[in-house]
Amino acid sequence: MSRKLLLWGVAVLALLALPPILLALQQPFYVDLVRRIMILAIAAVSLNLILGYGGMVSFGHAAYIGVGAYAVGILGFYGVFNGWLHLLVAVVASALVALAIGAVSIRTSGIYFIMITLAFTQMLYYLGISVAEFGGDDGMRLKRRSQLGIVDLNDPVQFYYLALVLMLFSVFLVSKIVNSRFGMALRACNSNEARSRAIGFSPYPYRLAAFVIAGAMCGLAGALYGNHTNYITPGLMTWEQSGDLMFMVILGGMATTAGPVIGTFAFLFGEELIKALLGLKAQGWIEHWQVIMGPLLVLSVLFFRRGLAGIFGKPDA
Amino acid sequence: MLEVRALTKSFGALRATDGVDLDVREGETLAIIGPNGAGKTTLIGQLAGMLLPDGGSIRFAGEDITRLPAPRRARMGLARSFQITSVYKEFTALQNVALAVQAQSGHSFRFWRPAFADASLISPAEKILGEVGLEKRMHVLAASLAHGEQRQLEVAMALATKPRLLLLDEPMAGMGAEESQRMIGFLATLKRRQTMILVEHDMDAVFRLADRISVLVYGRVVATDVPEKIKQNEEVRRAYLGEES
Repeated sequence: MSRKLLLWGVAVLALLALPPILLALQQPFYVDLVRRIMILAIAAVSLNLILGYGGMVSFGHAAYIGVGAYAVGILGFYGVFNGWLHLLVAVVASALVALAIGAVSIRTSGIYFIMITLAFTQMLYYLGISVAEFGGDDGMRLKRRSQLGIVDLNDPVQFYYLALVLMLFSVFLVSKIVNSRFGMALRACNSNEARSRAIGFSPYPYRLAAFVIAGAMCGLAGALYGNHTNYITPGLMTWEQSGDLMFMVILGGMATTAGPVIGTFAFLFGEELIKALLGLKAQGWIEHWQVIMGPLLVLSVLFFRRGLAGIFGKPDA
Repeated sequence: MLEVRALTKSFGALRATDGVDLDVREGETLAIIGPNGAGKTTLIGQLAGMLLPDGGSIRFAGEDITRLPAPRRARMGLARSFQITSVYKEFTALQNVALAVQAQSGHSFRFWRPAFADASLISPAEKILGEVGLEKRMHVLAASLAHGEQRQLEVAMALATKPRLLLLDEPMAGMGAEESQRMIGFLATLKRRQTMILVEHDMDAVFRLADRISVLVYGRVVATDVPEKIKQNEEVRRAYLGEES
């Protein structure tokens, strides 16, 4: 336990020190990159609650990134720029969408659950495409970023630290939840459903509650992501985005505290690294980065059965 | 305490439960015996709510529970153990039993306080593990326990739900002779304060523990009586005890 806390301490210090160092080196791009990674890490952490601990293979988690981002975009479209209201609406709207999707899909399991969550997200994706007022397929630019008062999101470094704080908060929150009575019930129903029912747990309400919590957290990530890109498109809700989130969780280590964060960093740094290396060879190769990334991901899953987090210690019981 | 009337359950053409009547009285241990394929586990499944019967009724503690889902029955005090060990393998023995305690102590929509630091879950769990003889193995992952120990854990989890009626589906299955003797000894002390239905192949255990015995053959109860009478019952001997008549 203390060793893990030490590793967390080192990682947090490194992330705290990163912006001044990168700016001194005149590399603002990497501040943006790490900020984006931390925002998506929040989404991965939320997915881990249901995928890793709850055993619900949601193939539509990008839906809540979209809902959160569109909450910011649509409120801004109508001239509402209060950032706290943006975040509140993003979280509540995502929770409600998760409640609706979860209420239906959690009645199924296995491949049906995967397909239903995917189908709902595709519905939202096509909804985004079809609403011309909000840019349809092209999406829309934010008129202004969320106005939070104490934090200026137009300042890349301030935004960076906000993302860091919220990422750490989401990790803390999920680690509290999964060890609480609620979390134990959720994990028990995942571990052995027949036994859980036999001792008196009805899985459905616990799964649905976890699904809603994960959706709400991911909605927060979506609101941040909309502000990060400053541009909102239905592309945020593609099934590729959902798949990437799943991969980040699996790569990092399902049902581990640090796994989704490690997975997100590894996945997105890996992408940048491969692109940079390909760029050295020829500009035209960069777009084929996935040819390299794919096999690497396959190998990592084969060799790190418990995910990259498994390198740093045993999974928490 | 438990009244089963005209219970039927078919799988295709097979009548696994064929008009079963059973009564369990407060405080007694009723053993259900019968040859392989007699429908014992199917019957337990219907009593516990894992399977829904095609017809008939089940009343428990004065309420009709025929259509109630398993978790509701468990919360009413009807607990079962599984013939094929069914525990949380990636949790420790203590966590397994603590979860069973938790399942009976109200809803689990408590999101903050760590369950492993909750004395109201851990203390009763430790006590029950002590009773079944697993106190030295509390912090071992269930997957790493020996087969016999997993069987003990199985019973401990059912007990941790503080059942009014305990359904034990072959608690001695796959155990060595010594382990079986220990389990029988434990059940013999337990039966003084616990109403039980015991499904078991081990005749030694059945005749030591049962107050009454029901004999199930091809989904029907062919006899229900005190152990001495069952031993002498001609039909039972023919059908089950394997004696040439």
